[in-house]
Amino acid sequence: MTRQYRSRPGLVLEVDRSTAPVLMHHGEQLRLEKLPAGRSRVIYPPEPLKPIDDPDAAIRDALENPIDSEPLRELLHADMVLTIAFDDISLPLPQMKRPDVRQRVMEAVLDIAAEVGVDDIHLIAALALHRRMTEEELRHAVGDRVYDAFAPRGQLYNHDAEDPDGLVLIGETDHGEEVQISRRAAESDLVIYVNLNLVSMDGGWKSTATGLSGYQALRHHHNVHTMLHSKSFMDRENSELHTRNWRQGEVLREAGVKVFQIETTVNNDLYGDGALEVLGKREWEWSARDRATFIGLRASLDRMSPSLRRRSMQGWRAPYGLTSVQAGEVTAVHEITTSNVFDQQIVPVEGQTDILMFGLPYICPYNVNSIMNPILVHCLGLGYMFNMYRGRPLVREGGVLILSHPTEPEFSPVNHPSYIDFYEEVLTTTTDPEVMERDFEKRYAEDEWYRHLYRTGYAYHGVHPFYMWYWGAHARSHLGDVVIVGGNPEAVRRLGYRPASTLADALEIASDTVGHQPSITYFKNPPLAMADVS
Amino acid sequence: MRPTLPRPRFPLSSAPTPTEVESLPGPDLQDRYDTAWARKPVARWTRIAATETLGRAVVSSLCAPVIHNRDRIAEMDGPLIFVANHHSHLDTSLIQMAIPRRFRHRLVVAGAADYFFDTRPKAVINAWVWGAIPMERHRVSRRSAIGAADLLDDGWSLVIFPEGGRSPDGWGQAHKGGAAYLACRCDVPVVPIFIDGTDRVLPKGSRRPDPRRVHLSFGEPLAAGESEDSRKFAERIEAAMEMIADERQTDWYTARLRAHAGDSPSMRGPDLDSWRRSWAKPATEIDESAKGLLGRLHRTSKRQKRQW
Repeated sequence: MTRQYRSRPGLVLEVDRSTAPVLMHHGEQLRLEKLPAGRSRVIYPPEPLKPIDDPDAAIRDALENPIDSEPLRELLHADMVLTIAFDDISLPLPQMKRPDVRQRVMEAVLDIAAEVGVDDIHLIAALALHRRMTEEELRHAVGDRVYDAFAPRGQLYNHDAEDPDGLVLIGETDHGEEVQISRRAAESDLVIYVNLNLVSMDGGWKSTATGLSGYQALRHHHNVHTMLHSKSFMDRENSELHTRNWRQGEVLREAGVKVFQIETTVNNDLYGDGALEVLGKREWEWSARDRATFIGLRASLDRMSPSLRRRSMQGWRAPYGLTSVQAGEVTAVHEITTSNVFDQQIVPVEGQTDILMFGLPYICPYNVNSIMNPILVHCLGLGYMFNMYRGRPLVREGGVLILSHPTEPEFSPVNHPSYIDFYEEVLTTTTDPEVMERDFEKRYAEDEWYRHLYRTGYAYHGVHPFYMWYWGAHARSHLGDVVIVGGNPEAVRRLGYRPASTLADALEIASDTVGHQPSITYFKNPPLAMADVS
Repeated sequence: MRPTLPRPRFPLSSAPTPTEVESLPGPDLQDRYDTAWARKPVARWTRIAATETLGRAVVSSLCAPVIHNRDRIAEMDGPLIFVANHHSHLDTSLIQMAIPRRFRHRLVVAGAADYFFDTRPKAVINAWVWGAIPMERHRVSRRSAIGAADLLDDGWSLVIFPEGGRSPDGWGQAHKGGAAYLACRCDVPVVPIFIDGTDRVLPKGSRRPDPRRVHLSFGEPLAAGESEDSRKFAERIEAAMEMIADERQTDWYTARLRAHAGDSPSMRGPDLDSWRRSWAKPATEIDESAKGLLGRLHRTSKRQKRQW
C-alpha cells in the first residue's frame, strides 16, 4: 500500500490541564510525562515531507544538470584519477533501510564512470577521527554491488587520519589554519563527495575539509573557542565552525583540489507506517492500536536486559525518503541543501523559555551499533539538541536544561577506549573544556595506543571525547544549570550536572535557578526538528 | 467527596485533542459520518422504544424534570428547531422527554462532530441512541449545514445547542450562529428552551450523577423576519433565552418588563476569571422533593450557600 504523507508543519502546543502526558525518550526506553499546565509548551516536529517518487531519476537528473558546474559526464575521462568520498556511519540516525541514499548516488555516479571508462577509482568513507566502518556497515552504506566490485581490490576503504603517508598538508588559511587532506583525494583529478544531510550542520566544505582530514587540521575548528562562537553550529551563517571549514575549503580549491559535491536530503520519516508508527505520532492521534503498541513496547523494553534492549533499538532501520538531491559546486549546492533541510525541520517558536527539556534517544552520531556513554549523553544533549535552533537559543541565558536519559557509566572498550580514560582521568579533574583543552588534549591526541586502536580496530580517535565535550561548550556557558532525569547519580555528578529521579524532582531542582513559576518548553524529538526562535 | 468511577488514564484511554489543534478526520467520521441508517424504520423505532422506556426511567430517576410552558408549542405543527442552554449530557434526553410526541418521534439532535463522531463506536451509538447528526462547531462546515438543512426540509425537527458545548462553569456561553442560519435558510421556527439544574446533576467533567430536580421551560416560538439576517436572528434567540431564564428566576411579568427594557440578566455571567465566575454562580437549594431511587438516596449538598 502506498504510504500516505500528511506533511503537516511542526506545532507548538500550549499545555493545559487536559493535555495528556507526552512521550519522552529515555535512552532505549520510553516514558510518558505530564507537564505542568499553564506554563509549559511542547514543540512537535513537522511530519515527514513527501519524498521524491523516483529517486534514481532525480539523482541522474542532478548529475546531468548540476549547479555551477559542467555535467558529471563531461568532468570524467578514461585515464583520470577519480576519488569518491562518502559520509560515514554517523549519518543518518538511525541508519536507513536499504537501499541507502549513498548507494543510489554512488551507483549512478559509477554508471557514468563506467560508461566513460574510468579505471582508477577509489571509494573512501570520509570518517575523519570517527571509528572505521565494519564490512557490514560499508555494505549497508554503499550496497553489495559496489562493495564487491571495489573492496576486494583495496579500492574501497576507510579514511585513515593517522596514516603518515596517506595525508598531505595543502597549506594554511589567511587565519593560520592548516589544511590537510587525504593524499589520494589531493592527487585525484576529481573528488566526488556523496553527502547525506540529516541536519543543517552537515555538508558543504565541512564534508571534505573535515571528513578527509586529520587532527592537524581539525584542531583549528574542533576547539573550545570555535564552539563558543558557533551560535549555533546548525546555522551556518552564525557558525564559527563552518566559517573556518569554508576557509579551509577555499584553500583546497585554490590548491587545485576539484570537488564535485552531491548532497542529498531525506525526510524525517523515522518510523514509517508500521508497528513503530506510534512513536512519530502526536499523542492525541494515537489510535487504540497505537496505544496498545506503545504499552507493549514500553513494557517489553523495560523488561529487557540492557544489551538486548540496545540491540533491539539499534537494529531499527528508518524508512527515510529522499526529498532532494543536488550536485555541482560545493557552496552553491549547499545553499539549496540547507534550505531543503530547513523545509523539513524548522518549527517557528515565539520567545525563549526558562527551562528546556529533551528526552534523549538511544542514538547519537557516535554510538551507532554501540553504547551511549555519559560523554555522548553530554554531547547529544548540550551539543546537538541544545543547538537545534536558529536565531536565539530556545532557552534563555541562565536557564536550565533538563535531559532524560539513564546515563549509565557504561562504555564500549572497542569503540570508545579513550572515552573510558577521559571519564576516569579528565572528568575527575575538571569539567571545564578550556582546562581540558590546555592540560589534556594533546596527550590524548598523540597517544600511540589510541592511535593504534583507531587505525587497526574500530575505535574513535584518542582526541574524540574532547571534541564531544567541546561540542557542549556553548550550551555550558549559556545555561544556568543542567539536570538529568533518571540518570545514574554518580555519572551525572561526574559530568558536572545534577541528577533527579523524576521530572517533578528535576523541576524542583531547576527552581533554585529559575524560580518557582518558570516557563517550560519540551522539545519533542526524534524525529529531528529545529526551532526558529523569534 | 463523592466517589467517582475509576477513569482509565492515557495511554489506556485516548488523549483529548487539544482545542487549538485541528483533529484528523477519519475516512468517514466526524462531519463525514453518514447517519441516514439511524433514521430508517428499524433503527428509529428501536430508538423510540428505548427512549420511551429505559431513557424515560433513567431521566426521571436522575432529575425528575418539571416542565413549564409546554402550552407555548401546543399549537405548533411541522418541523421546529429547539435551541437550549447546555450544561450536561442529560440535556438532550431531557428535551427529548419534554417535547410533544409528534416532534419527538421525528427528531434529530446536532452533536459535536469532533466529540460524538470522532470514533466509529461513538458515532454508531450516538446516531442510534439520540438520533444525533454530526455538527462541526469549530469551523464552518458546508457538509454539516447542508445535512441539517436537508433534514429540516424533509420534516425532521432539530435539537441544537447554540453554545456549541457544555458550559464549563454553569454560566452560559456565547451563541454560535448555526441555529439561526438554519432557521433562516429553511424558514423553520425556533423554540428556545431554558434548562435549569442539570449543571448540578451531571456537570461537565463529572462522571457520577448527583440526582436532584431540574426545570425545563419553553419559550415562545420565534420566526426570522423577512429582512432579518441570521446574525440578528441569533441575537434575538439569545435574548429570548435570557428572558426565559429571567422568568424562571422571577416571574413572567417581571421578565417581560426587563426584556422590553433590555435589562434581562445575561446568562453569560460576570466577566471575571474562571474561578470567580464559578464562585459567583448562585448555589441551588436542595430540592428534597426530587424523585427517583437515586434522588431518595441523596442526603446533603456539599456546596455552601454564599452571600454576596
